[in-house]
Amino acid sequence: MRIEVRLAGSGGQGLITAGIILAEAAGLHEGKNVVQTQSYGPEARGGASKAEVVISDGPIHYPKAQRLDVLLAMTQEACDRYFHDLKHEGALIVDADLVPTPPSSSALSVPIVRKVREDLGRELFANIAALGVLAGATGVVGLPALEAAVLARVPAGTEEPNRKALELGLTLGRDAVENPRESEPYEADE
Amino acid sequence: MRPQGSRELLLQGNEAVVEGALAVGCTFYAGYPITPSTEIAEGLAARLPAVGGTFLQMEDEIGSLAACLGASLAGAKAMTATSGPGFSLMQELIGYGCVAEIPAVIVNVMRGGPSTGLPTSPSQGDVMQTRWGTHGDHPIIVLTASSVREAFDMTVRAFNLSEKYRNPVILLLDEVVGHMREKVRLPARGAVGRVDRIRPSMPPEWYAPYEETNTGVPPMAAFGDGYRYHVTGLVHDRMGFPTQQKTEIVQGVNRLFRKIERGFREICLTEEASTDDAEAVVVAYGSVARSAREAVEELRVQGRRAGLLRLQTLWPFPRAAFERILGRGTVRSFLVCEMNRGQVYREVLRVVRGRSEVHKLTRNDGELITPAEIAKALREWL
Repeated sequence: MRIEVRLAGSGGQGLITAGIILAEAAGLHEGKNVVQTQSYGPEARGGASKAEVVISDGPIHYPKAQRLDVLLAMTQEACDRYFHDLKHEGALIVDADLVPTPPSSSALSVPIVRKVREDLGRELFANIAALGVLAGATGVVGLPALEAAVLARVPAGTEEPNRKALELGLTLGRDAVENPRESEPYEADE
Repeated sequence: MRPQGSRELLLQGNEAVVEGALAVGCTFYAGYPITPSTEIAEGLAARLPAVGGTFLQMEDEIGSLAACLGASLAGAKAMTATSGPGFSLMQELIGYGCVAEIPAVIVNVMRGGPSTGLPTSPSQGDVMQTRWGTHGDHPIIVLTASSVREAFDMTVRAFNLSEKYRNPVILLLDEVVGHMREKVRLPARGAVGRVDRIRPSMPPEWYAPYEETNTGVPPMAAFGDGYRYHVTGLVHDRMGFPTQQKTEIVQGVNRLFRKIERGFREICLTEEASTDDAEAVVVAYGSVARSAREAVEELRVQGRRAGLLRLQTLWPFPRAAFERILGRGTVRSFLVCEMNRGQVYREVLRVVRGRSEVHKLTRNDGELITPAEIAKALREWL
């Protein structure tokens, strides 16, 4: 089975790094075939940026995502632009504050960046938390594999905050699935 | 991340080029960073010093290839990497490398052009430039790759062919292959076949640096080995000095072609899938061949007789593969798919010479051609 994941937002949000970690988790730690691609503009920061991961038990020829099983959108623009690529039964995960008007009522709206800032003091780990949300809400990758991939990839000395960010994201993701109403953007705890 | 033994890795195409270069014994890199090839420079800057090699960031791409040719003349296996704008600057030195018969590997990770074009988007618009970008009649070898593992293998092959034939070899990748990450298992250290240039065995005073040989490839002395000789971009005699003698001109220039022509069988690589009874054959290379493979498999499931001819060598153009497929008598049309306006398409028209239909499916908007587009086009010709 072929699973297609797209992580979309703007340059500098760490989504390409997140894509690489997701690919390493599924490919190296869970033994599946993976291809990770990316597209971004010529800017160093800002501008549209996306990372894609295709996961499959069989060979992967066409390397890009076309019909998404999972779309994680970290800007309203990315959400609006790529929402139509999502399969009918696909999962849409958006940051509650960065995507104030998700195009579907079935979107899992999670205040990822805000929670990371509150709990960890810096927004820097939001991409890792986003991976946690993705794992908690969709199960495209298992937590042990994801945790191993995160710890193998992040700079030495940052393991602890990254592990916390991953756990935070995982909890947020599970909560969002179990209690979808509570994660509506305007009901998020202030 | 350092590969060790045959451990599985998630590697980018550009990173695989770095691994291939190190595995085959590259000890010199000079370049000027440019998207989408920069990871090659980054990787070799980090890794070459540890193996006693040299990394130089040059002032531009002209200087980059000049430095590589100089290093190669001194005995090093040398490489540079760039993209379209830098590749344009290198053209003068590519011709110099061909006429002075200096091994070197030039990686061009294609992005959208012309000019600075689309820096971060894929393209295959440099195919003809690799063949005829430098002036004058000259032989050239151009390899390409469709996967991360093949980027490794073709880098190794590029060095080996360059050393064997004493000619610059171009590895022509596209942005998708350069930046795509795949799970790969690389060969263990020492398991990679290395070809080294033939060194002179005669005493220095007997050495004729550009003499006729059976293979057409003269032995190559390294500067500093005690073999003094003259290197020039002017057409030269067997001693390396400029000549205007008609017989020497013809003999020297024709030898450049003859040495490559003798090696067509090992140089011209292609891969076929489902072509045995195919009525329509897709011709593709680089990342587009992956889309083509998926389209062909989809049509085969539907019982349609589609096949794929994947070009791994672009120049010399792998004509023999077309003759082989045409010789089976089943093919009615070729469909050339590429991310330009039809550069290989024209070459296919040339070699097919009216013996089958030749169609093209091209894109030049900075996006990879999709399997669905290829399948749709194929259905029209089946």
